[in-house]
Amino acid sequence: MPFSGLDYYNVEDLYSDEERQVMQTLRRFVDDEIMPSIGRHFRAGTFDPAWPRRLGELGALGASLKGYGCAGLSPVGYGLIMQELERGDSGVRSFASVQGSLVMYPIFAFGSEAQKDRWLPKMARGEAIGCFGLSEPDFGSNPAGMRCSAKRVGDKWILNGEKRWITSGSIADVAVVWAKTEDKIRGFLVERGAKGFSTRNIEGKFSLRASVTSELIFEDCELPLDAVLPGSSGLRSPLECLSQARFGISFGAIGAAMACYDEALNYTRERAQFGKPLASHQLVQQKLVDMLQAITQAQLMVWRIGRLKEAGRARPQQISLCKRNNVKMALKCARTARELLGASGITDAYQCGRHMCNLESVYTYEGTDHIQTLIVGQDITGISAFQ
Amino acid sequence: MKILVTAKRVPDPEQKVKFKGNTLDQSGVNWQLNQFDEYAVESALRLTENASSGNARNGEVIVVSLGPKDVQQQLRSTLAMGADRAILVDASDENLDSEIVARTVQKLVEQERPDLVLLGKLAADSEANDVGQRLAGYLGWPQATFACSIEVTDGGKALLVGREVDAGVETKKVTLPAVVTVDLRIVAPQAVKNGVTAATHAYADGPRYASLKGIMAAKKKTIADSSLAALGVAATVRAKVASVDAPPARKAGVKVASVEELVQKLHNEAKVI
Ligand SMILES: Cc1cc2nc3c(=O)[nH]c(=O)nc-3n(C[C@H](O)[C@H](O)[C@H](O)COP(=O)(O)OP(=O)(O)OC[C@H]3O[C@@H](n4cnc5c(N)ncnc54)[C@H](O)[C@@H]3O)c2cc1C
Repeated sequence: MPFSGLDYYNVEDLYSDEERQVMQTLRRFVDDEIMPSIGRHFRAGTFDPAWPRRLGELGALGASLKGYGCAGLSPVGYGLIMQELERGDSGVRSFASVQGSLVMYPIFAFGSEAQKDRWLPKMARGEAIGCFGLSEPDFGSNPAGMRCSAKRVGDKWILNGEKRWITSGSIADVAVVWAKTEDKIRGFLVERGAKGFSTRNIEGKFSLRASVTSELIFEDCELPLDAVLPGSSGLRSPLECLSQARFGISFGAIGAAMACYDEALNYTRERAQFGKPLASHQLVQQKLVDMLQAITQAQLMVWRIGRLKEAGRARPQQISLCKRNNVKMALKCARTARELLGASGITDAYQCGRHMCNLESVYTYEGTDHIQTLIVGQDITGISAFQ
Repeated sequence: MKILVTAKRVPDPEQKVKFKGNTLDQSGVNWQLNQFDEYAVESALRLTENASSGNARNGEVIVVSLGPKDVQQQLRSTLAMGADRAILVDASDENLDSEIVARTVQKLVEQERPDLVLLGKLAADSEANDVGQRLAGYLGWPQATFACSIEVTDGGKALLVGREVDAGVETKKVTLPAVVTVDLRIVAPQAVKNGVTAATHAYADGPRYASLKGIMAAKKKTIADSSLAALGVAATVRAKVASVDAPPARKAGVKVASVEELVQKLHNEAKVI
């Protein structure tokens, strides 16, 4: 049966016609093209190579950018794409987030006209794939300490170091890599096949199995001078990208939560124990209502942050609060749904277990829950608790 | 080719409907485009584009609906799929019957002079299945109903329309201008051949998604407002609903104790084996 969504407070009335249509289009796309095969991909640990082009044909990649073949949607429209994709699977949404917010966005915001022309239209169509290399084996929450370095030697940049946990790393045609230069951190475009650049996949994940996660290795990797993103300057550049991505994740998490709620509601209405449906027991009803309430709150939060972003007024700290609330909320919903499905909930015949495992990554990447907490904590107290 | 397509919004068929007396209780209804009308829009787009060359437009598709202002939403989604413009004739659902709808479309056909009118074979709510037939009668145009395939022929002057009938598929040739109503299989990958798109081209099964760029482009397309009065259509409803009854609740099933009892019941009571 097609997914009919969850909108207890008629929040959809607050969206524009286009935003609603975008949501409907993506909802149908996920029903038709993600749901039938996602269980198989998750189990096999594979990313379907057809997804990028299908998403590109739809216009769902980098959809909030203007020009260069991008759709130019409002922030809420962009967020709803993420919500619907993550209703299918966090791995598919991660691919789209990285492509749009972490690769196309920095090229758009910090790139030269030649870099934009070369990459953005192809990436919007899904004909080229991008990845974003910030995290390193020894520097996750604290990227400022990164070791990866770029030195200017004659008419070349020489890149050395390692990046780890990089979504789409080994399938990417271009990597946005953040490295220390003499004076500051800057972004570089490293193309597949560059001399001294190799990748290795990370195996054995129990989370985001339908998404590729890799290491990027740079050994005296030679790049032309124009590989640098000219507008990038210091750690605030990658952090600006993370803010874009966290915004999308805040919507995405709601999608996963809605899928889990929907599954738990249907299951508990149908399955009977002690002579009546599970859903007729008070403890079960309470859990369903808790999920509904948390999802409704999250929907209102992202709607508001979306409108603030549209007006150019959303602060990164406000976005952090959204990511913090919504991902934790989704993880809780997934665990609750898993519980309500009993033993069924631990098999991949149902979705909640997959969402639950996926959301552990979402909870950790783009700044862990702790890090979002400390960002907001610093904002309200004026005191940094990071170190 | 210029094509006029009709589109009606209907309650989501998956949703439970409630009635207030003899009329549908509209509160909480999720409206959507009637499925067969969506197929008609898809067929019209396939007829007016070159799918072998980036879906270049090669004609005009005008979508028409009768209903309240909110129907703009469904019309926008047809524009987002690729239709060129739309006309919304102001009316309330309770004050319409097939006669008024057919007469209204007739007036619009007289204004717009399309080569073809495409309609869904029926609307999923009332299932009346007679607007297309009435319209062809009023216009005095040839008609082909329940189309499962359409092929442009005679240098664009006629259509070969496949119709699924009990004995198989019947092919009918209609000279344009004509009225065609479409059935389920019209959205099969090769059901529509327009003589421009390569004959070997295969579409994805089903109506197309509105791409996000299509959705943005639709913002700039026009939805013209009209009314029954402006078109000179008499608004007297002649078909009256006498009563509405919910389908009887399903009776509880019976439990059988053994396979033997099941076989015996299937044989003697259900008479299926
Ligand atoms: C599936 C997946 C995909 C990813 N994709 C990408 C990608 O595409 N690009 C990319 O650059 N990175 C990516 N990451 C990396 C991700 O951003 C990091 O894992 C994350 O930033 C956390 O870093 P870490 O794993 O090194 O954990 P650590 O930083 O070692 O943290 C471990 C624990 O310590 C806590 N902690 C750390 N510092 C503090 C502190 N000051 N106060 C309180 N608690 C603290 C953390 O909250 C966490 O609970 C991905 C990760 C995963 C799992």
